[in-house]
Amino acid sequence: MLEHQEDLNDLQRRFPILIVFVILTFLILVIRIGYLQLIMSGYFRELSESNRLRSLPIEPYRGLIFDRNGELLAHNVPGFHLSVILEDLKNKESTIKRVAELIGISEKDINARLAARKDTYPFAPVRIKENISRKEMAVIEANKLDIPGVVIEAVSRREYRHGNMASHLLGYVGEITQAQLDNFEDDSVYPGITVGQDGIEKTHDPILRGTAGYKQVEVDAYGHEMNVFGVREPVRGNDIYLAIDVNLQRIAEDALGNESGAVVAIDTTNGDILVMASHPTYDHNLLSKRLYAKEWEALVNDPSKPLNNRAIQGVYPPGSVFKIVTAAAAVEAGTSAPEDKIFCKGGLQFGRRFYRDWKAAGHGSVALHRAIVESCDVYFYNAGIKLGVDRIADYAFRLGLGSQTGIDLPSEKAGLIPTTTWKLSAKRGEWIAGETLSIAIGQGYVLTTPVQLAMLISSVANSGVRYQPNTVWAVKNRLNGEKYRFPPAEIGRVEIKEETFQILKNALRGVVNEQGGTGGIARSAIAEIGGKTGTAQVVALKPNISKELLKEKRFKDHALFVAFAPVSEPKIAVAVIVEHGGKGSAAAAPIAKKVIEGHLKNVGH
Amino acid sequence: MLDIKQIYNFEWKFLGVILLISGIGILTIFSATYGFAPHSTPYYQKQLYWIAIGLMFLFLAATIDYHTIVKYAYVIYAVTIILLIVVLIKGRTGLGAQRWLSLGLFSFQPSELAKIAMIILLARYFSDKKIKTGFGMKDMILPATLLLIPVGLILKQPDLGTALLLSFIFLMIILIAGIRMKTILTTLFVCILTIPFIAHFFWGMLKGYQKNRILAFFDPEMDPQGIGYHIIQSKIAIGSGGLFGKGLLQGTQNKLKFIPEKHTDFIFSVFAEEWGFIGAFILLTIYLVLILWGITIAYKAKDREGALLAAGVVCMLSFYLIVNVGMTAGIMPVVGIPLPLMSYGGTSIITTMVALGLLINVKMRRLLLFY
Repeated sequence: MLEHQEDLNDLQRRFPILIVFVILTFLILVIRIGYLQLIMSGYFRELSESNRLRSLPIEPYRGLIFDRNGELLAHNVPGFHLSVILEDLKNKESTIKRVAELIGISEKDINARLAARKDTYPFAPVRIKENISRKEMAVIEANKLDIPGVVIEAVSRREYRHGNMASHLLGYVGEITQAQLDNFEDDSVYPGITVGQDGIEKTHDPILRGTAGYKQVEVDAYGHEMNVFGVREPVRGNDIYLAIDVNLQRIAEDALGNESGAVVAIDTTNGDILVMASHPTYDHNLLSKRLYAKEWEALVNDPSKPLNNRAIQGVYPPGSVFKIVTAAAAVEAGTSAPEDKIFCKGGLQFGRRFYRDWKAAGHGSVALHRAIVESCDVYFYNAGIKLGVDRIADYAFRLGLGSQTGIDLPSEKAGLIPTTTWKLSAKRGEWIAGETLSIAIGQGYVLTTPVQLAMLISSVANSGVRYQPNTVWAVKNRLNGEKYRFPPAEIGRVEIKEETFQILKNALRGVVNEQGGTGGIARSAIAEIGGKTGTAQVVALKPNISKELLKEKRFKDHALFVAFAPVSEPKIAVAVIVEHGGKGSAAAAPIAKKVIEGHLKNVGH
Repeated sequence: MLDIKQIYNFEWKFLGVILLISGIGILTIFSATYGFAPHSTPYYQKQLYWIAIGLMFLFLAATIDYHTIVKYAYVIYAVTIILLIVVLIKGRTGLGAQRWLSLGLFSFQPSELAKIAMIILLARYFSDKKIKTGFGMKDMILPATLLLIPVGLILKQPDLGTALLLSFIFLMIILIAGIRMKTILTTLFVCILTIPFIAHFFWGMLKGYQKNRILAFFDPEMDPQGIGYHIIQSKIAIGSGGLFGKGLLQGTQNKLKFIPEKHTDFIFSVFAEEWGFIGAFILLTIYLVLILWGITIAYKAKDREGALLAAGVVCMLSFYLIVNVGMTAGIMPVVGIPLPLMSYGGTSIITTMVALGLLINVKMRRLLLFY
């Protein structure tokens, strides 16, 4: 027996509401899923691929740097960077605060680093401090649980094994900048790769850097590598054997000591840079760590300018060293015959001014040879008056002054050789005849770099043959181990007659070896050295500076000395400048002598 | 009350559909958690146990005469309210919400019980009053109050999804039970006036993560690594499945953990990635069959209690389906609603099984034989 069904007509009448709702729901879902899976599937498939596939760069092994004898100067050691994975930070502010406390960098610095994050991929570590110490590492490890998202990355770090020695020449490395990155169109570099930022590291970065490798990996949502699909191995950089001789470099740097200045030594037979010292040095191990704004500012604003490579960027008036140029011009132009004598009474009245000789008592009657040996100013005032500034400049240019030597180092300065046209355009004024007298003895507007002076004396020693100065002795191909030696590149001959060079060389020999020569202090028992002293005035004698003040070191003259040896068969040319060293003979000449002797002992003279 | 002969009236085919969906669920959970070495029993195996336990609840809910159940509606309701208060005072917190009550061996969520209790309560209330011309405003006061008490308590946990579900069931039931046009219009008017106030009130009750999820629903690209992440990754999973899918265990979005809560709330994304549109369409169709079958049971119910009870269950299942699948497809906010019978988790399985048991219960007693 069936129970009578209750009368539910009213209820059943309303059921279509439910049915319509359910069918509608179904249709909406099917349409939406269909839209995602049928119409948009290509788009989402691509997104899914890019989600899971990532190309991770592999840092290439940077080439090593040796000196010419195979002494290791720069290599790579394990280093550790402190990084933050933004996506893993639980509480950004408190974590940053804690890290700042732990390793002593300011929160501002950390935030600046995080804000400058390059757009790479999710879960990419952002470096907040490079090359942390073992102690800092231990502190971070001990507090790991308090600072989730902070990680230590193991990387390869550049280490310079001889401290600050030759720091300007070697330079330093650092993370690639956006501007540097923009120069590359291929994928041989990537954001975050270490590249050279100064010195050899910078100019020869293409040799040293190598080529980045890449790893195609499948990653999960947390950036963990799940599978490696393919690896393109990085190509390691090539090693560089520098032309410098570390022992010679050390002699030069020890001799410079705490003085500011530069020493450049060139192998006259091929242009190899045997020594390049610039003091004060900078700590390139520290600079390779990437400094914080404050540390960087302190370096830039340091009055002793440690970042300057004085050997190629320091511009100094050459002082009496320039008399070599004036002498060459006078002989070549025939304005003063070598045997013509003039009488020096300790100065020369020209126009309304009395131009003094450094020796107030005067040199008496001198011809060219003695004028160079004793560095008689009056002789060269006269020579200058006869030549005129433009003719002096002409020979200065022939000897390589006033323009870059083209050495393979960044930011070389050109110096300045004044001419009448230069004065018209730069100073908007006519050349004043008296100015020529200053130029003739290397004062006034004349500015030169130590490397230019080294090239000048090298050209004279070589009787005009000029080799391209270069810092690299050989490159060793990392793949096949072969060393490639660069042949010396002759860049031209100075248009000066052989006899003139002979006269000059003989006079320069006299400077060091003759009685009364200004460079007698450089006289050597090992070899005959030829040279020229120079004293560059830092301040023109101005009456408004008191005598007391003038005794201060910063107002003392720069001491210069250029030399070559042996005179008969030149092998090495040296230029030395000691800032505020006083007379060139006393401060600079001994340094040049030590370097020359060091080299000649070495090459077996 | 218990009658062994009822076994002949049991809906075996309906049970077949339930088992089919559960089976698909286990397979998908297996795929979703494949390769992640679990420290204990794997999820798919545990889900198997939960389904077994759920089936026992289903049989229990089917055997006890629903008239008896409906008779105790107010008692069940009162117990539920007490448990909801207890859980607020001393409950276990999980995922930022206080929902769990520890019962020694296992924990359970009183808010799950509230879903069933509310369906039973509404069936009772609207079948007691046999008004054929539709209910008026006065008749709505009591059920609305009875709704708002658990809704308030559940929002306080906070569990937005369940609170919305209860309100949805209430609305659908009064529509089916019959309500005067005038009452609907009045309610609408009152709602429009009070919505800003109520919205503000509810917004204040939400926890930060819930607000974020709702905001992310409106603009998922706002923070692709943060709150919009779930939705974007789920859409990528579904979309990249294409027509045929990537195949079982081949879903890269799933395997590489890009899909969040992949074996629970986002199980549909895993399924759609691996089986494509064809699979998703078939799965949705099976759900449609289940729900339409439920509507038929409600339509053919012997009495008002049965019809409303079944309708309530149908509403619950429909709500689950559209909110969950809609969420994975990016057309619904992420409110933490599981996919019935497929999402991993004992609580959701048991609630669904009990609700389906009630459906079978109504169907079985449609043609009651008297001796």
